[in-house]
Amino acid sequence: MIEIYTFVSGPLAWVAWSIFVFGSIYRLVSMYNLAKAKDSSSLAYMSLPYSLRSIFHWLVPFGTLGWKSDPLMTVATFAFHIGFFLVAIFLGAHVVFWDTAFGISWWSLSDTTGDIISFVVIGACVVFAVRRLTLPHVRNVTRGKDWFALLLVALPFVTGVLAYHQIGPSLLMTTLHILAGELLIALIPFTRLSHALFAVFTRSYMGSEFGGVRRVRDW
Amino acid sequence: MSQIADRLIDDPGLAAGVAQLTPERIEEVVNRVLKGETGAKLKAYQETCMRCGLCAQACHYYVSHDGDPSYSPVSKTTETIYELMNKKGRVEPSRIYEMAQIAYTECNLCKRCAHYCPIGIDTGYAMSMMRRICYLLDVVPQYIRDTSHSHAATMNQMWVKDDEWIDSLQWQEDEARDEFPDLRIPLDKEGAEIYYSVIGPEPKFRTQLIYQAAAIMHVAGVDFTMPSTPGWDNSDMSMFVGDFENMGRLKRAHFESAQKLRVKKIVMGECGHAFRSIYDMGNRWLGYADMPVPVVHAVEFFWELLTEGKIKIAKKLEGPVTIQDPCNIIRGRGLMDKLREVTSMLCEQTVEMIPNREHNYCCCAGGGVINCGPPFKNVRTKGNKAKADQLAKTGVHTIICPCHNCHGGLEDIIGYYELGMHPRFLGDIIYEIMEKPEGL
Ligand code: SF4
Ligand code: SF4
Ligand code: SF4
Repeated sequence: MIEIYTFVSGPLAWVAWSIFVFGSIYRLVSMYNLAKAKDSSSLAYMSLPYSLRSIFHWLVPFGTLGWKSDPLMTVATFAFHIGFFLVAIFLGAHVVFWDTAFGISWWSLSDTTGDIISFVVIGACVVFAVRRLTLPHVRNVTRGKDWFALLLVALPFVTGVLAYHQIGPSLLMTTLHILAGELLIALIPFTRLSHALFAVFTRSYMGSEFGGVRRVRDW
Repeated sequence: MSQIADRLIDDPGLAAGVAQLTPERIEEVVNRVLKGETGAKLKAYQETCMRCGLCAQACHYYVSHDGDPSYSPVSKTTETIYELMNKKGRVEPSRIYEMAQIAYTECNLCKRCAHYCPIGIDTGYAMSMMRRICYLLDVVPQYIRDTSHSHAATMNQMWVKDDEWIDSLQWQEDEARDEFPDLRIPLDKEGAEIYYSVIGPEPKFRTQLIYQAAAIMHVAGVDFTMPSTPGWDNSDMSMFVGDFENMGRLKRAHFESAQKLRVKKIVMGECGHAFRSIYDMGNRWLGYADMPVPVVHAVEFFWELLTEGKIKIAKKLEGPVTIQDPCNIIRGRGLMDKLREVTSMLCEQTVEMIPNREHNYCCCAGGGVINCGPPFKNVRTKGNKAKADQLAKTGVHTIICPCHNCHGGLEDIIGYYELGMHPRFLGDIIYEIMEKPEGL
């Protein structure tokens, strides 16, 4: 078991991160080249100030018509994304990991705070899942890919909470948790989670077009 | 919840088009468009859409059908172009019928949903590309197809012959000279300040609007001209059909006829979709980032005349009015403030519809949906109960409505829901209430 753990937390982690980094670069570069070749009539209108204006407004909870239209979803979305980054970057155990792997260290969350945030993130995932099952306008368009993406993000948190609370064999749970995290990282560029790479550009384009061409708000 | 298959409407254009399709041809055309004409934008939209459904509330079709999910923007994209992308064009001909009906008649390309999507997905663009595929497959509702053919053959929407066009202008000039003895509608006047262009239906059905515009220009002392040659029609149904080649021809003719006359700027009559064609679609197809000749919409033009005092109002229009914000000049070009200023200069009192300005609901005629003709009239009236409710709440009789398409759409909704209201053009009102000095 310990060998598996060492393998998962060592070489496999490097593999996952490499796939993530190179996969992301590949996807971004090829998307940009495609845009240059085929979307010049859109690229020509890209504007930094209008992009930032749009991104800023959409980063404010309830700051847009979309965010106002579904408060539960809005709260869940913000809680999920903020929680995700806080835990991934600042959880005590992760900070130790960053230090051993890359030799960089920073401030960390207390264990209890990390635990609470993890529950919040899982709660947000439950909201997403319940919406997919119950709201007709979401259920109607939900496909396998959407469930897979949700599973990918939920698993590291579920296994992490189990491991932290020592539910089930501790080493196994920790190994599973790391595996789930690696799977998530490696698959971001190749699943619906690629919105992490592309949303900033689609948002920027919408902001540029609404600001520069259409001269109105896009929120 | 309903499905598109349950609400298919008989249309000769769609039926005949689908009858000649084979799966191989569909596959070939779909992939040709996806590889040759679309790029990162569409791909990123398809991949990044999280199927969160936040855009559902945006769409008047969804709202008007009591939240039927099949009318939500994300459902329309998922069921049409995204499905073609996923299946690489391997779908049955009958599916193309359904997709065409969604793309041509259940989306006005009004882009209201853009205000609701966190990711910034442009459903209007996705639907335009779906229409492009349908056009290349020759599966297009018959009426709008005919209209686009008229554009192709005559360079105007209504099959108006070149001499009939000149005739209409001279007829209006003649009529107006009873009222204003010195009034002229100068044709092909080189170097004029303003080139006035209208949409094909003006000489055909609403000729009095040309009379009124000429009267306003005359009273304001504007140096204007109208062209005697093709290019005078600024409208563009080819854009909505997906016939982008012809869209390019139309816009080129419009701009070039103005350039030939060396005018300072083009003023376009009160229409929304024609305006979209010059700042959003036709210009891009031709590779212009900006207009080669400055173009202003009638709302801006009237605003200038009124604020500069070239037109004086004798007595404001009595009674409260409400304002229809035409998507293509408001959400499309930010003219909401000027529209309100003009309205307040003309009318005693305004009661706003809620929501309004760039968040306004489309009239449900736009995007060429009204041009798909009688088979789809119910699609528009039932599909915009939201607008009927919005209108009824204002409790007014007169709707300020600076867009031809909106007029058509609103008239139908008003009739169907028996609202007893009446949309009016700005030019119509200005003509009625402006000071008309003696002996001009
Ligand atoms: S009609 Fe307007 S709001 Fe509805 S899907 Fe089309 S563009 Fe979006
Ligand atoms: S709001 Fe945007 S991301 Fe969400 S379902 Fe609609 S189009 Fe997709
Ligand atoms: S007809 Fe009017 S409201 Fe409807 S899409 Fe066009 S501009 Fe918008």
